[in-house]
Amino acid sequence: MKTTLPLLVLACVVSVSSVTAAQVAAPKTVAITGATLRTDKGAQEGITVVIKNGKIAALGKGVKVPAGATIIDGTGKTLTPGLIAAGTGLGLVEINAVGYTNEGRFGDAKPVHASFRVTDGYNPNSIVIDVARNGGITSTISTPRGGLIAGQSAWMTMGAGSVEDNTVDDSAALHVTLGRSAGGVGDGSRGRALQTLRALFDDAQHFGKNRSAYDRGQTRPYGAGHLDLEVLLAVLKGDLPMVVNVDRKSDIAAVLKFAKQYRIRVILTGATEAWMLADEIAAAKVPVMLNPKSNLPSSFDQVHVVDDSATRLANAGVEVIISPLGDASSARTLRQLAGLAVAHGLTWEQAFASITTIPAKVFGAKRGTLKTGEAADLVLWNGDPLELSSHAEAIFIGGIQQSMENHQTLLRKRYR
Amino acid sequence: MDMKPAFLSTLLLGLVACGGHHKEPTAVGKTPAGGTWTDSASLYPVARHQERDVHTLDEALVNPKASPVAITNVTIMTAAGETIADGSIVMQGGSITALGKNISIPPSARVIDGKGRFVTPGIIDTHSHIGVYSSPGTSATSDGNEAVAPTTPYARARYGYWAQDPQITRARAGGVTTALILPGSANLIGGRGYTTIMRPGGVASDHTFPGAPATLKMACGENPKRVYGEKGGPQTRMGLYAAFRAAYQKAAEYNVAQKKYEEAYATWKDKRSASSSEAEAAPEPPARDLGMETLAAVLRGEILVQVHCYRADDIRQLVEVSDEYGFDIRSFHHAIEAYKVRDLLVEHDISISTWTEWWGFKMEAMDGIQENAALMTDSGGRAIIHSDSPVDIQHLNQEAAKGMYAGRAAGIPVSEDQALRWITANAAWALGIDSVTGTLEAGKRADVVLWSGHPFSVYSLADVVIQGGEVGFERSKGRTKTDFELGNSAGASR
Repeated sequence: MKTTLPLLVLACVVSVSSVTAAQVAAPKTVAITGATLRTDKGAQEGITVVIKNGKIAALGKGVKVPAGATIIDGTGKTLTPGLIAAGTGLGLVEINAVGYTNEGRFGDAKPVHASFRVTDGYNPNSIVIDVARNGGITSTISTPRGGLIAGQSAWMTMGAGSVEDNTVDDSAALHVTLGRSAGGVGDGSRGRALQTLRALFDDAQHFGKNRSAYDRGQTRPYGAGHLDLEVLLAVLKGDLPMVVNVDRKSDIAAVLKFAKQYRIRVILTGATEAWMLADEIAAAKVPVMLNPKSNLPSSFDQVHVVDDSATRLANAGVEVIISPLGDASSARTLRQLAGLAVAHGLTWEQAFASITTIPAKVFGAKRGTLKTGEAADLVLWNGDPLELSSHAEAIFIGGIQQSMENHQTLLRKRYR
Repeated sequence: MDMKPAFLSTLLLGLVACGGHHKEPTAVGKTPAGGTWTDSASLYPVARHQERDVHTLDEALVNPKASPVAITNVTIMTAAGETIADGSIVMQGGSITALGKNISIPPSARVIDGKGRFVTPGIIDTHSHIGVYSSPGTSATSDGNEAVAPTTPYARARYGYWAQDPQITRARAGGVTTALILPGSANLIGGRGYTTIMRPGGVASDHTFPGAPATLKMACGENPKRVYGEKGGPQTRMGLYAAFRAAYQKAAEYNVAQKKYEEAYATWKDKRSASSSEAEAAPEPPARDLGMETLAAVLRGEILVQVHCYRADDIRQLVEVSDEYGFDIRSFHHAIEAYKVRDLLVEHDISISTWTEWWGFKMEAMDGIQENAALMTDSGGRAIIHSDSPVDIQHLNQEAAKGMYAGRAAGIPVSEDQALRWITANAAWALGIDSVTGTLEAGKRADVVLWSGHPFSVYSLADVVIQGGEVGFERSKGRTKTDFELGNSAGASR
C-alpha cells in the first residue's frame, strides 16, 4: 500500500542550523545551491536542488532558484539522498530492556504471525527515531522479530507526523527465521522449522483454491488462520518478498531450494555464510541484507564468517543491503557500517548503493535517489557522509526540513 | 578528598560495633609444661599470597622474543601530546628505543615503510569479556558471571579466560594490544579482573600483563537488581547499597582482625626471642576468607576498583560508599550519565570508561550522549572509550573518533591527542600500567599499531599490530587462527 505525504503547515526556515522542534515546517520552496551531489553513480559539483511541494522540483547545474525560495548555501557541502535503514526496530523498540516498550517482538509461544503489521503499533514519536534521523537516515524498514514468521515490515519515512504521514509501504516484506533460531517450532531442529513453513505454504495454496469451502468450514485443518494464509498467498503470488533470517551455508542452500520450489522472492538477512554461495545467490537473484560489523563466529551457524562478505557478495553480482540488523538505538551507525564495508573492499559507490538505491529497489519504494518529481528525502552533509568526521547539517523528508533537536542534544545543552 | 580520616573512623567504629561478633585473634592457652614455642602461623596456608603477582611492571618492558623492528616515514601520534610527521620509531628487546625525525635505524632491524600511514600506541580496552564469554557462545564457555551470590570477590576472571577464543584474534586485528577482562555485571562484587595481553593461543597464564596491578569488578544498578531480584535479593537499589556497605564493613573488620593478630604475633615472637617465660603456643591467625582477602586489599589500596555504573545517582552513591570505607574507585564503567556529575569525578580523580554510540538499550542507559567523553575531558577529567563488546573492541579507534567529532560539533574542544588518549594512555592509567604502556615514548613498552590511514577515519584498518616488540598481526598475512578455528573457519583467513 502506498500513501503520499501530505503538506504540513508552512513557515520560513532561516538557516540550516537554527531549526528547532517548534519551527519544523515546510516552506513552499527551498533551494540548496552549489552543493556537491554524491550518489551511487558518482559525484557532481555545483548542484542546485529545488524542493517544492514535498518533491524535488529541479536538480542540476545552473538550475534557476525560484523567486521567494528559501536558499540554503550548499557550497562546500555534500548533498545526498536520505539513507535507508533496512531491518531495524525503529518506531517499534523504545527501550530494548523494557519489555512493554517493544512492539512486534514475539517470543516462542506462537510461531506464526504472518498477518501482523508493524504499522498497527508503530510509534512515530519515538525519541529513538529522532536520534537515528540525525545520522542522515530518512527511511526505515521497520521489522518485526520472533517466532517462525514474525509478520510484515513497513517502509516508513522518519519525519515528524503521524503513522499515515510516514507510511510508504505498510507491507514491505514478510519476515521469517529459519535455521537454529527459528522460534516456536522444531524444538531446535532446523528441518522441522522448514517442514512447518512448507506445510503453511501448502495450506495457503489449498486455502486459495478453496475459499468458499473454508468459509463453510469444509476444508481440512490449516496450520494458521485465514489472515495469515492470505499473506502467505501474497508471497506465493510474488506480491510480497519474504525476508529469511538464516546464517549457515546449508540453511541458506535450503532457503534457495525452497524459494525455487515455491517460486517466491526471498531476501536473505544475517546470512553470515552467504559469501560461500555467492554465485548461486547471484544466479537466483536473491538480495542479501547484512551487517558488515558482524565478523564473529558467534554461533556454530557462523563459524565461516569473514570480514568482507559484503565485498565478496557484491562482486559476485549479489544485491547487498547494508543494515544495522534489528537494532533501534544504534541505527544511526548505518553510514559507519557502509564505511567499514569500504575499508574491507567495497567501492564507495557500491557501499552507498547498499544504503540507498539497493534497498529502494529490493523493497520497491521510490526512494534512495534524487530525481525530479520524486519525494524530497535528502541530506546536506559537511563532508563525506560515510566518514566519521562528517555530520548531517540539514535533513529533508518529504520536502520538510526536520528538526535536529532530540533527547540527546537537549541533554547535552542542559549539562554543557 | 579526605579519605584517610574516614577510613580510620570506620575502623574504630568497626572495633566498637563488632567487638563481640568476630573471632578475636587471642593467643591460645599455654602449652603443657616442658612444651615448645610452636609457631602455629606456619601451619596455615598463606592464602593471601596465593595470587600475588611475582612480576613487576618493569618486566613488561623486556621481551627476549622481540627482534628489532623499525617503522619509518610515518606519522607518529604519540598520545603524549605530540604528533611527529615523517618520523620513525625503533623497537628493540620489547620496548621503544627511539622515535622522532632523523633517528638512526639499527642495521639489524626489520624496516617497515610507513609512508602515508600512521602509528599510534596499542589500543587498550578497559572493559572486555572476551575469553570469558567466547565465540561461539555456549553454556560450556560461559565463564563470565559467577551469578550464585551477590558478592563473589573470591572469583577471578583469569580462571574463566579461554585463550583460544576466536574473538581474541579479531580484537588484536583491530589494534588492541591489551585489555582488562572483567567478570560480568550480574554481581555487586563480581571478582577480580584479568589484565591480559590480547594474544591468542596457549592458556590464560601465558598472557598476563607482567606486573599489572590487581583489579576488582563491582556493579550497581539494573543488572544485579535483575539477577538477584528473584534470587533472594538485593531487589532494589536500597538493597544494593546496604549490601555494598555490608561487604566493606566485613572487610574492614577482617583487616582489623588481621592487624590485631599480627600485633599479637609480634608480641609472641618478642617473648620467644627473649625466652624469659614458659613456652607458649603462638596466637592463632584469624580464619582466611579468600573473598575477604580481596576486599581487605581494596581497603588497603592495593586493588584498582572498576565499577559498572550508568546513572548519575549510582555514581554519586558509590563514591559515597568508597569515601566511607576509605578506598579509591579507579574507573566508573559505562558511566552513561557521568557528564551530569563530572565535577565530582574530576575532584575524586576517577576516570570514566564509556561508549560513544551506545545508549537507550535499557532504562539506565537512556541519557547516553555522544559527547560524554568530550565533556569529561573538557572539565579536566579522565575519559576512556571502552567496548564491553567483542565487535566494538575491533573499532575503538572509530568510537573515539566519533566522540571527538561529536564534541567538536557541539563546540567542545577535543584534540586528536586527547581523543587518542581515550583508548590508550587513559585506559592504561585505569589499569595501573600507564608507567609502561599507553603512549609512544622512548623507554615505553613496544605496544604499537601501524594504521593504513588516519586512525580516526572509517576507511582505515590496522595493518600491523606490535605487542611488546613482537609483531602479533599483519594484515597482509591474515589473522592467526585459534585452535578452535582450525578446520572450523573460512578458508581464507581475512
